[in-house]
Amino acid sequence: MALIQDIRDFFDETGSLTKFAGNFFTNGLKPRYEVKEVLAQSYSIGYKSLPLIGLTNFIMGLVLTMQLRPSLVKYGVESQLPVMVGIAIVREIGPVIAALIFAGKIGSSIGAELGSMKVTEQIDAMEVSGTNPYKYLVATRVLATTLMLPILTILGDGISLIGAYIGVNINSVTSLHLFFIQVFHSLTFSDLIPAIIKTFFFGFAVGMVGCYKGFNSVKGTRGVGISANSAVVLSSVLIFVIDLLVVQFTNLLGLN
Amino acid sequence: MPVSKITEPSESNKISKGEPVIIIEHLFKSFGKNVVLKDFNLKVYGQENVVVLGKSGAGKSVLIKCIIGLLKPDRGKILVFGNNIPELSPDELDKVRTKIGFLFQANALYDSMTIRENLEFPLRRHWIGLKQKEVDKMVLEALDNVGLRNTLEMMPIELSGGMLKRIALARTLILKPEIILYDEPTTGLDPVTAREIDKLILKLQKKFKTSSIVISHDMNCVKTIADRVVLLLDGICYAEGTYDELEHSEDEKIKQFFE
Repeated sequence: MALIQDIRDFFDETGSLTKFAGNFFTNGLKPRYEVKEVLAQSYSIGYKSLPLIGLTNFIMGLVLTMQLRPSLVKYGVESQLPVMVGIAIVREIGPVIAALIFAGKIGSSIGAELGSMKVTEQIDAMEVSGTNPYKYLVATRVLATTLMLPILTILGDGISLIGAYIGVNINSVTSLHLFFIQVFHSLTFSDLIPAIIKTFFFGFAVGMVGCYKGFNSVKGTRGVGISANSAVVLSSVLIFVIDLLVVQFTNLLGLN
Repeated sequence: MPVSKITEPSESNKISKGEPVIIIEHLFKSFGKNVVLKDFNLKVYGQENVVVLGKSGAGKSVLIKCIIGLLKPDRGKILVFGNNIPELSPDELDKVRTKIGFLFQANALYDSMTIRENLEFPLRRHWIGLKQKEVDKMVLEALDNVGLRNTLEMMPIELSGGMLKRIALARTLILKPEIILYDEPTTGLDPVTAREIDKLILKLQKKFKTSSIVISHDMNCVKTIADRVVLLLDGICYAEGTYDELEHSEDEKIKQFFE
């Protein structure tokens, strides 16, 4: 019986989240446009996430290079290290790491902030003062996360490649110019475009899940903690699901 | 004394009261199997203070949340200035809401904004194109009304419970509403501050000539504020009258509130 209830809860939650997300297109994108709030959220979400995403991507680029080297040396293709690292970072590791860090930092923060506003009736106060809280709080944050994550990913990829360059130079000497020529000669638009497009979906998922969890927060301060936590868990899972779907889709289109 | 139909204000109230501003007819609201309001009826007249009294969980807060449109009733009419709230579109509801102020039990001030920003928020949302000079003037006027001009640049977390209540009241009044709904305005305050808030509510009501529905357990607050007291019991308007009338009632259910 518990299993049946769990399955029912899962479908209830999925339906509820889908309806909440659908509201973004039917209601959230209509005038009046909250341009000032979108810009404020973009600054808060984008600029403030850059140091963390930059640091993790730098370490990832460095570590990935150091881990790949022994295998490539074994097969005598050490010279292909920048190519392999570049493709891995741009196509998969850069976007996914950035999205996961983004989910951890921004998803939880949105979930906690809106959850706290919900339990202290601030969202109700906004509604009774004639402001649509969905448009003011949700649509602005979702737009900001959707627009900011691709930019953060591109910057993160660049920082990650610098990490990779340092990794390459630990055991050999390669000029920065040569390293980047090798990386960019190996990359095509079919590597870049799907990788960037999927980050829009990642950003949308992180923002939407954070807002959904916050908006549906219950049980006081404990509920706020639960909202923040479940926002991170659910958006992280969704990032992998979206990644899987995008890879399948781009395979179908012959982009891989 | 017990009533089940729409209640009328006493004669003494009628003298200074105009047309009904809120008419509630046959209101039903339930949460699952828990029926909170069943055939609740009420009229509130211009410049009248109606206090709704009832036990915890009786549905008092549910009632005012239905009036402001935060909750949708299962059945019944809620006419505010002739507009039936449950049937309004979101845009129409927003227009009516500009005429209604709502003071939340926990104040619901935006804790990430300064007091100035809290007060500016409703102005900026409704009166687009208002110049900064005009906004500043209105914000300072609102703060003067509650005697807290010096808190302008402070954050809500820096203020005491009584000060927060005053600021929340200032924010409620800034759009100059014609009706104010108070959800337990003195809950959680010490007796001295609670009396100050009661007096402030009365002073501002006289100044702005508003009509009010006040939810309260605090009998001192009820005595000070109420033109008319409505007893919400078992989901219906069980009794209504002035404070004195209900205080001297022989009905056991009414008496327990005044003991």
